[in-house]
Amino acid sequence: MLIQYILILIILFIILQIINKKKADNISFREFLFWLIFWVGVGAVVLLPQVTTLVAERLGVGRGADLVVYAGLIFVFYMIFRIFEKQKNIERDISKIVEEIANKEMDK
Amino acid sequence: MNIFIVIPAYNEGSVIYKNILEIKKYFNNIVVVDDGSTDNTKEQALASEVKVLRHIINRGQGASLRTGINYALKNGADIIVTFDADGQFNPEEINPLITELNSGQYDIILGSRFKGTSKVPLLKRQVLFLGTLFTKVITGLNISDTHNGFRVLNRRSAESIKIRQDRMAHSSEILHQTSKLKLKYKEMPVTVKYTEYSKHKGQKISGAFKIFFDLIFK
Repeated sequence: MLIQYILILIILFIILQIINKKKADNISFREFLFWLIFWVGVGAVVLLPQVTTLVAERLGVGRGADLVVYAGLIFVFYMIFRIFEKQKNIERDISKIVEEIANKEMDK
Repeated sequence: MNIFIVIPAYNEGSVIYKNILEIKKYFNNIVVVDDGSTDNTKEQALASEVKVLRHIINRGQGASLRTGINYALKNGADIIVTFDADGQFNPEEINPLITELNSGQYDIILGSRFKGTSKVPLLKRQVLFLGTLFTKVITGLNISDTHNGFRVLNRRSAESIKIRQDRMAHSSEILHQTSKLKLKYKEMPVTVKYTEYSKHKGQKISGAFKIFFDLIFK
């Protein structure tokens, strides 16, 4: 099916980017491995969608495509939560640094 | 007694000099926190011969208060007053609040524009009312004005209240902690002038949604 070709192309493009990031040392090996396995997994689902149906039936979801959407949503929400937390910490750190600089500047 | 006036300021260059002079009639220890202003706020504040802490980038009023309060505590403050730079408050009213804090052995005195005779614009009043409802539900505190920058804190409460909200939600946060830490508090009437300057400069009503968002997610 055409959609499979398109998706596989996109996934290959993403994997290529991950490899480039790893080469440039922007991500750790663990991160690299995680994303690689993740996208290879997505690729497998795209090529063999019937696999998800097998699992979905076991879980009582019915359709494989539904299972993928559910799992994807949970994953995305969890990631948003993680990013939120991280951003909050970064903001706090920035404020701390700004306060420190303010104090240092005044002492001059 | 060591009294510190902490004034967060963001782009208040046109009025801050004059407003600080008014406060200086009554108090000497004044700390202005210039929150990364893009105008001459810092120069104007320095011209009025007060201590100025400058945030190199804008971090929000909560962060500014934290910077100012930490500084005051480090320099041995017994009492910390938080005050606005825009001239909406009347410096004459600081001393009565301090007297009340001391005589009533309160930990924190909160200024309220609704206990006094301030004329608060209708829409503003309604939004602030929602704020009081929210605070009541969350903390059980019966506060008439949850977003008032005029407060008097003793050392104990200034040390124990940890402002984590960088932006505007710190007002609610201070109340939440007042409740959680079981601080002895009292609301007292303060005058809030709604000048053309303050209306232009002050928080917009839409800010309330941002505060709500921050309170839930931060």
